[in-house]
Amino acid sequence: MREQIRQVIAEHARLSTPIEVLGDEGDLFAAGMTSHASVNVMLALEDTFEVEFPEAMLRKSTFANVASIEAALCELTVSV
Amino acid sequence: MSDDLSVGVDLVDIAEVARSVKRFGDRYLRRVFTEHEIACCQGPPDVAAASLAARFAAKEATLKVLAPADARPDWRSIEVVRLPTGACKLRLRGAAARLAIERGLGPFALSMTHEAGLAAAVVVSGSAPGVDGQPTMEAPRG
Repeated sequence: MREQIRQVIAEHARLSTPIEVLGDEGDLFAAGMTSHASVNVMLALEDTFEVEFPEAMLRKSTFANVASIEAALCELTVSV
Repeated sequence: MSDDLSVGVDLVDIAEVARSVKRFGDRYLRRVFTEHEIACCQGPPDVAAASLAARFAAKEATLKVLAPADARPDWRSIEVVRLPTGACKLRLRGAAARLAIERGLGPFALSMTHEAGLAAAVVVSGSAPGVDGQPTMEAPRG
C-alpha cells in the first residue's frame, strides 16, 4: 500500500522535495504540497484504492505524510 | 467595526487547475466547487480554469482567515457568489459559517484577480457582525 501511496504522491503532490528522500513521517506540506495539490492527491488516492474520503477525514493531518494517509486508507477499506 | 482585522491571501497556478479538470473532470469540480460556481466558470478551457483558480484561491484565502485547527470545512461551504452587477462576494455555509460565528469574524471582503498564469485572492475580515458587507451565512441545521 505504501508504494502505491508514494506513487500517487509522486504523480500529483508536485513536491519541491522528491518523495524518494522523504520518510513515511515526512511532512508533505513542508515538502511543497499545496492545498490544491492535496485535492489532486485525495482524488487520485480514491481512484487507486476505490474509496471515498468522507468530510470528517478532510483534515490537514490526514494528508500530512505517507503514514497518515495509509492510516486513513486502512480505516476506510476496513469499514467498507 | 472593531479595530481587529484578519487577512488571508492565496495564489493558484491556473495550469494546475486546468490539469485537475482534465484529469478528474466532473468529480474534481463537484468536490471543490458549488453548482453556482461551476455555472459561473463556463467557457473555453483556459478561461474556465482561470475563473476556477481564482475561486479556489478565494476559498483558501478564506480558510487562512478562519484558521481551522485541523478539520477543514468542505470546500463547497465557502462559496464565491457572483452578483448580477458582476461583483463577487463570499457566502459561508455549514462548518465554515460555524467557524466564522465562533470566532466572531465578519464582515468579509473579497478581491480576486488572474494574470500571467496565476490567480490570486485576498480576503479581509473584521469582527463586528451585523454591519454592511456581512457575508450571507446559512446557519447549519441539526
